[in-house]
Amino acid sequence: MKSVEELKAIREKALKEISIRENEDKTRIVVGMATCGIAAGARPVMNAFIEELEKRNIRNVTVSMTGCIGICRLEPVAEVIEANGQKTTYVKLDAEKARRIVAEHIVNQKPVTEFTIGAAER
Amino acid sequence: MKDIALHLLDIVQNSIAAGADRIVISLKVPERSGKLLVVIDDNGRGMDPEFLKKVTDPFTTSRTTREVGMGIPLMKQSAEMAGGELSLVSEPSKGTRLNASFMIDHIDRIPLGDIPETVRLLIQANPNISWIIHFSSPNNEFILDTDEVKRQLDGVPIDDRYVLEWIQNTINNGVQAVFGGVLDEVS
Repeated sequence: MKSVEELKAIREKALKEISIRENEDKTRIVVGMATCGIAAGARPVMNAFIEELEKRNIRNVTVSMTGCIGICRLEPVAEVIEANGQKTTYVKLDAEKARRIVAEHIVNQKPVTEFTIGAAER
Repeated sequence: MKDIALHLLDIVQNSIAAGADRIVISLKVPERSGKLLVVIDDNGRGMDPEFLKKVTDPFTTSRTTREVGMGIPLMKQSAEMAGGELSLVSEPSKGTRLNASFMIDHIDRIPLGDIPETVRLLIQANPNISWIIHFSSPNNEFILDTDEVKRQLDGVPIDDRYVLEWIQNTINNGVQAVFGGVLDEVS
């Protein structure tokens, strides 16, 4: 494999930040990535979450994938699960909505009510 | 699904659901074949012959087999639309291999799509899986083995953002080097 030297430099860079991150409470963002989610555009949504978190230098939030949670008609779907276990389900997402969720829910701790499953099903 | 990368993202979820901890994604253009071959090989729990027969047919896949669902039939359709085919080889407790082929110049062939971003997201979401990404064409060959990357990282997690960024860039270079001039959509 080429660019092993590059990887070494990246390792050094990463090591400097790792100590800061440990022992922090983690919020999780879980994006539905089954056939229904992917077809509806879940990949750009997941990418937008990651990019926005990186842009804002937020380190205590992880982004992961899950399967179909059974509400295919509302895809793309993502759940924000806070360190205290509180879960918010967001539906019919796109990249722009994902960025707003980071800004309002993750940063300002105010869930974006209008994108939640509660609002969609009303 | 509008491109091959999205199919990969989808199909690989089956490997993950089957408990695989080693997944090989291979994209190949054999010399003078005119074909793009997509292979996904995992060491998951595999399928028995009866189940295997069902998964490629959306109409015999019943609601009780929902976990498999439409992913494979949709990819089969994409392959067949482009003059190719899709087949599965599987053995219980050994793993599953999916082979799909696409005629490169077929007017209905879907493009490669964003392979680097797809692979990055897969690794990020499943850092404990050993991923092997392999591209080959008459032009060039490329391999990324995350076990090798992890050895070089020596304790730094592979899902560190700088590492993931490097992985995405490296795969992007690999796509260019291997498929540039071979597939129209790769300049």
